[in-house]
Amino acid sequence: MIPLSYYLVLSAILFACGVTGFLIKRNIITIFMSIELMLNGVNLSFVAFAAQWHALSGQVFVFFVMVVAAAEAAVGLAIIISVYRTRETLNVDRVNLLKL
Amino acid sequence: MLHLLLFLIFGAICVAGAVNLLVQRHPIQSALSLIVVMAALAGEYLLLGAEFVAAVQVIVYAGAIMVLFVFVIMLLNAAEEEHTAGSRVAMILGVPGVTVLGLLVAWMVVQHSNSPSVSPAALYADPTTHGAPATIGTLLFSEFLLPFEITSVLILIAIMGAVVLAQKPQHGKEEK
Repeated sequence: MIPLSYYLVLSAILFACGVTGFLIKRNIITIFMSIELMLNGVNLSFVAFAAQWHALSGQVFVFFVMVVAAAEAAVGLAIIISVYRTRETLNVDRVNLLKL
Repeated sequence: MLHLLLFLIFGAICVAGAVNLLVQRHPIQSALSLIVVMAALAGEYLLLGAEFVAAVQVIVYAGAIMVLFVFVIMLLNAAEEEHTAGSRVAMILGVPGVTVLGLLVAWMVVQHSNSPSVSPAALYADPTTHGAPATIGTLLFSEFLLPFEITSVLILIAIMGAVVLAQKPQHGKEEK
């Protein structure tokens, strides 16, 4: 028997780690990976609540979140590639102009 | 008891991977620790009776998405990140803030829930909690058919967007 709150605490820890990474990292790819970590933390609480409320819709929702995350990763990494092409840096502090 | 032990082991691997993601300076090491987090999360999903989600987590997240990340890191030859004044401010203000926030959320969850327990054996026995591929598939093609179809359009748009964004700018065409 595993208390459901343990899952929620783990999910909160993962989400907090993702937020921290988003704040302290300066490499645009690592920032993007922190966002994926946050999505994973949220997915865990979705599945935990699906188990608690006997609702499989929660698991279907996780499936949709994963699909959207895949689409987001593809577009986001394409944007990173094009940013790197024009500025030749991955440091977000040096990407501070809208126009070149 | 065994299940709780498994939960704690997978959870410890998850947290260790997440913290390692923050500590490492090189993006490729962060990416590899994120893969560890995702693989351990698949174990947690199995403990929650979500078979299908666990399989998709390994195949799509730890497989496809992270391969894409590692591929881009290698392609752009990303080096160790450099620290700037802004990142130091974020480190000094952000880390304690987020730690306090995380502890607060965890404390509230532990204190203010009567905390029902879930046992993996019961979850797998009950068809309303056991996320077998057949059950999820039936749900996906009946109740969630419209979102499912919209998602396929979204994926198509994402593919086209990625191709357009990542292709080399064609200066010759624009000048004509």
